[in-house]
Amino acid sequence: MSVLVFTLILLVGAFLAGLLGSLTGLGGGVIVIPLLTLVLGVDIHYAIGASIVSVIATSSGSAAAYVKEGITNIRIGMFLEIATTISAVFGAIITIYINTGYIAIAFGLILLFSALMMMRKKVDRSDNDTSGKLAVFFKLNGSYPTLEGIKYYAVHNVAGGFLMMFVAGVISGLLGIGSGALKVIAMDNIMRIPFKVSTTTSNFMMGVTAAASAVVYFHRGQIDPGIALPVSIGVLIGATVGSKILLKTNTEKLKVVFALVVAFLALQMIYNGLSGRL
Amino acid sequence: MKKELNFYSDKDVQLILGTLLRVGVMVSMIVIFAGGTLYLFGRYSEVIDYRVFDPHKTGLTSIASVYKGVVHLDGSAITQFGVLLLIFTPVARVVFSVFSFLVERDYLYVLIGLLVLAIILVSLSNKLVG
Repeated sequence: MSVLVFTLILLVGAFLAGLLGSLTGLGGGVIVIPLLTLVLGVDIHYAIGASIVSVIATSSGSAAAYVKEGITNIRIGMFLEIATTISAVFGAIITIYINTGYIAIAFGLILLFSALMMMRKKVDRSDNDTSGKLAVFFKLNGSYPTLEGIKYYAVHNVAGGFLMMFVAGVISGLLGIGSGALKVIAMDNIMRIPFKVSTTTSNFMMGVTAAASAVVYFHRGQIDPGIALPVSIGVLIGATVGSKILLKTNTEKLKVVFALVVAFLALQMIYNGLSGRL
Repeated sequence: MKKELNFYSDKDVQLILGTLLRVGVMVSMIVIFAGGTLYLFGRYSEVIDYRVFDPHKTGLTSIASVYKGVVHLDGSAITQFGVLLLIFTPVARVVFSVFSFLVERDYLYVLIGLLVLAIILVSLSNKLVG
């Protein structure tokens, strides 16, 4: 395949990945990596490097919009970034020592898990009751603007959330994805932060987390400009278009279709990982 | 939970932070696009080979080597430089946050921000990649 054909195919594929990733909230990486490895025959280490670059682009782009709205809790973000950056660097370091087949299997499993999480009905368990000593010490409790006025919330189980963020960071560094599904578990279910705050804050943290592992990939030669070029531009444009459409459409049906596509890709990754083809 | 405790309810800081991120992404994308155009013009007919991971293939794995390529107007190096700018965009955001917490005299969060920066600097030092 020539450079030109490869770039064009990848540009279109990355655009679709960014579009679907932003419409469904899964992120572009989950499509980009199977596209590169299964369809274009690219080694998974290059795929991971290109994917993490697209994660930085999309998360920084949308964080810019969210921060201005005043929903993001920057203290929660900064505090949890300690956990995610350390573990992302750790995850990025160990990928090279792990058999690529196992990486593909792990990727498939995370993909299945993300698809399940996407389909699950979310329950908002946030409240403004008493929260723990840690939440008060780190000044994590906050407020955000709603249509009915300022809403206050309390943060719970800070230690549990912090630990879960370690897991999210390792997965992010290991597989080159934002691992938003795991971050949301940590914030929604464990720390019981309101949705709006947890999604925007998770997005806010993603850029720094991804940057920490991207630096390791960069030094190792996993970031190839020939792949990063179409992937970053395609995913960013796709995600931008997606966020514009998102405001006007109901994505429930789309989510079901997308969950099936993602599940199929996940099984493909696992199969190829098991049979030693990736 | 007094409101004035929350420095980030300050519209100015949110505006600067948002603008910083947006400008960072835009500038790096322009650089990536420019470098990519140069790269495509020079090498569009070459055959790609990404089947096997080769750490030395790009030759662009340190800031020094990227800088060298950019000076010689090499398309790949300029694209890689754009990627580096993109990587440093969220890092610049942390640096900015540290300063804004310093102004706010929230020393706990100055410390937390510096800790996050230190982690990234350690990983940037290139001692971790075997």
